Amino acid sequence: MGKWTRRALITTGVVAGGGLIVGVALRPGHRTPKLAQYVEGEDETLVSAWVKIGADNQVTAIVPHSEMGQGAQTALSQMLADELDADWQTVSFMEAPPEDEYANWAVGKGFLMGDAQIPDALVPTVDGLFLQAVKAMHIQITGGSASVRATGVYGMRVAGAAAREMLIKAAADQWQVSASELTAENSYIVHAASGQRGEFAQFAQAAAQVTPSHTPTLKNPKDFKIMGQSVARLDIPAKVDGTAQFGIDAVLPGMKHAAIIGAPVFGAQVVNFDSSAAKQMAGVLDVISLDNAVAVVADGYWQAKQALQAVQVEWSKTGHENVSSETLFAQFEKDLQNARENGSAGEDVAVGDTAAAFAQADKVVEATYRVPFLAHTTMEPMNATAQVVDDQIEVWVGSQNPLGFRHEVADALGVDAANVTLHQHMMGGGFGRRATGDVAVQAARLAQATGVPVKLIWSREEDVRHDIYRPAVASQFRAAISADGEVLAWDNLFHEKHEPAEAPVIPYKVSAQRIAYTDSPTHVPFGPWRSVDHSQHGFFTEGFFDEVADAAGKDPYLLRRELLAGKPRHLAVLDLAAEKAGWGETLAAGKGRGISLQESFGSLVAQVVDVSVDAGAVSVDKVTCVVDCGFAVSPDGVAAQMESGIIYGLTAALYGNIEIKDGAVVQGNFHDYKSVRMDEAPEIETHIINSNSAWGGAGEPGTPGIAPALAGAVFQATGTRVRQLPLSNYDFSYQVVEPEEVI
Amino acid sequence: MVTLRVNGQEHQLDVDPQMPLLWAIRENLQLTGTKFGCGIAQCGACTVHLNGAAIRSCVTPVSAAAGAEITTIEGISDGDNLHPVQEAWIAEQVPQCGYCQSGQIMSATALLATNPTPDDEAINQAMSGNLCRCGMYKRIRKAIKVASGQAVVQTFDPKAVQHG
Repeated sequence: MGKWTRRALITTGVVAGGGLIVGVALRPGHRTPKLAQYVEGEDETLVSAWVKIGADNQVTAIVPHSEMGQGAQTALSQMLADELDADWQTVSFMEAPPEDEYANWAVGKGFLMGDAQIPDALVPTVDGLFLQAVKAMHIQITGGSASVRATGVYGMRVAGAAAREMLIKAAADQWQVSASELTAENSYIVHAASGQRGEFAQFAQAAAQVTPSHTPTLKNPKDFKIMGQSVARLDIPAKVDGTAQFGIDAVLPGMKHAAIIGAPVFGAQVVNFDSSAAKQMAGVLDVISLDNAVAVVADGYWQAKQALQAVQVEWSKTGHENVSSETLFAQFEKDLQNARENGSAGEDVAVGDTAAAFAQADKVVEATYRVPFLAHTTMEPMNATAQVVDDQIEVWVGSQNPLGFRHEVADALGVDAANVTLHQHMMGGGFGRRATGDVAVQAARLAQATGVPVKLIWSREEDVRHDIYRPAVASQFRAAISADGEVLAWDNLFHEKHEPAEAPVIPYKVSAQRIAYTDSPTHVPFGPWRSVDHSQHGFFTEGFFDEVADAAGKDPYLLRRELLAGKPRHLAVLDLAAEKAGWGETLAAGKGRGISLQESFGSLVAQVVDVSVDAGAVSVDKVTCVVDCGFAVSPDGVAAQMESGIIYGLTAALYGNIEIKDGAVVQGNFHDYKSVRMDEAPEIETHIINSNSAWGGAGEPGTPGIAPALAGAVFQATGTRVRQLPLSNYDFSYQVVEPEEVI
Repeated sequence: MVTLRVNGQEHQLDVDPQMPLLWAIRENLQLTGTKFGCGIAQCGACTVHLNGAAIRSCVTPVSAAAGAEITTIEGISDGDNLHPVQEAWIAEQVPQCGYCQSGQIMSATALLATNPTPDDEAINQAMSGNLCRCGMYKRIRKAIKVASGQAVVQTFDPKAVQHG
């Protein structure tokens, strides 16, 4: 093996049958703490993109991202195929690692064939791109809306372009012509002057010996042929005939099924349990304690589930048995108050003289906003299937973070990560929940304890009560407004500071700002939930902005415009949303219209929501959405992500409420943790602006803006300012008011 | 022994008659297209046809299905020819994660069998028992209208993309 490059490399090899394979890799030279866990040794890399050109001229994009419906695999394939000038009709994709030689995600060793020529260090421009990719991937592996904007931009496009250049070089050598006379089109190399044409595959072996360029030339967007097209998603056909293989569909010979109950109070452990009755029941193999949970392993899931009800468990006391949502919110208020008084808050933003601005204010607006804990409730309940043979562990699971899962399982079972093989399945929803490998660890422990392959399925109740929740958060605001309606100061103090760091930052020009945070830890596990911190701060900041506009005597859309001067991208999405939604029209009694603007994951989204309030019931009639994600690789895919993000956020805004009582979660299934259904789903109209700014994400940016736009619409229809979610906690029966004139 | 007739084939199963049909279909017959989602008939992921009607197999005991004609997602296409609802689902690019879609398609095909041109209200009634956490309701509605000849396929309107 050649000498490793300092940061990133493009490498090549020949696959069975004589095809070309090109990989673009990241290596441990620039480890960050979060990435380091995925790359163990100096000889291992995190390969971020591959292309394989088979002897049959079929192009395969090998993508390192998991599919949970976001369409990333198709979009990434488009990016690679376009730079390669491949025939889209013959492009397919594989998710890494589907074959043994790519196993374990320590892909460097298996993938970088020993005799392949390793190129010199890449020049700084490409190095720079890779550094950005690592920064973006730092958030998560498949998460942070990072697939297209990180892997795609810095990996797939580079791999495709490098492969194209190598094929052209090989063809030029064979035909004895200058490379500059050759072009690639539809998976052929073409020499226009002589009319010669040859399939990519014809040059694949020779191309594999070509040293890749350090700086493959990427296409100008005006030359895109496949990027920017609404191509049919490659994963959809298997999802209409029942053949798509989700984690829950894994079947192994001799497999048993497990049902589980976790300690109701987070942190509690099994003190003892009585399994005597359960073990007498038909089909039951064993009843096993996993420290903080008890599982029944049986021939079938139904048998396991029935027997689990017959198990008596005594759980340890944690000291959290009296914790409730009420005590937690009281704790949050107290911790915020303490931070305000003793000056212990950390600061996100501190500009201008806020004290002076408040001192000279004509009007001060104050409000506290709150959101509850939220579960993810992916349609596919948590599950994993595992087999342990000697010290080799195999896990079949749908994961947003296969590398992380491998390490979680290895750590829990006390083996080297190299002994854990992860078989990645499609995910029946992820939304952040499948970034944590708790169920994979449980399945592996059950397989180890029983000595047989075990499929563990969580009941929906277990799924709701043992989630990694979107945290409950309180956020306090004050704003200073002058006599002529100028916003002088913005003051915000909240708790639960996670990622992305910029989530509470407002895009509006307010000369004095203080945005600060403190801690208020709880015993409830928390983690990423679609759009992460934006999910709460989008509602908080945009909701309070409407109050500021009202106090300043200004229209909420026009005040946003006024304070976005000099930000053309922001103004463009906001203006287009207002125009398409008919902002400024007079609405009938009982109708309301609200607006929001959110910048998240590199994308801008404006939403206008129309509601009707009839006899106290709020219905959402229409959402007009405008997104600028830089460039929409698949416009229909971006629109689908907006629709999805909006409904996900709308469910949370209308109904989402995980309540804590006696230290445990109250809700358990879709009857008490409701979700928007067909009859409540609004019309959604999406418009896309390709600004060609840096490419942003699409999976999450649609979610944060729906709640504040909904709150604005409800305020117009009812006069009630919604400062706490969910909306279902409000009673609008007697609050229908005549609408005010807008604009 | 319980006799189940699924997708035209008869099976003798030695299972608890009280066991929900869902688990017989998924585990005993290994037809995994039918999904488990909630176990209490709240999400519709387990929807199959029982004598042509859409039912939630997660709360239907096998004993109640014995002798009836059961159809699952694997049984609605005609060989390699997809059911028009499946074709419309692809044309409208309905699924995201896809987990709920077997159930959605089974509810939609049952609806169209009794109401060939359902209006919005009929679609709401027939489809509101099927959750889609990816929120693809707009596309599901459109695909039902396409499958029933009430709408034409329209992929994303290129005019809705503006170039800044």
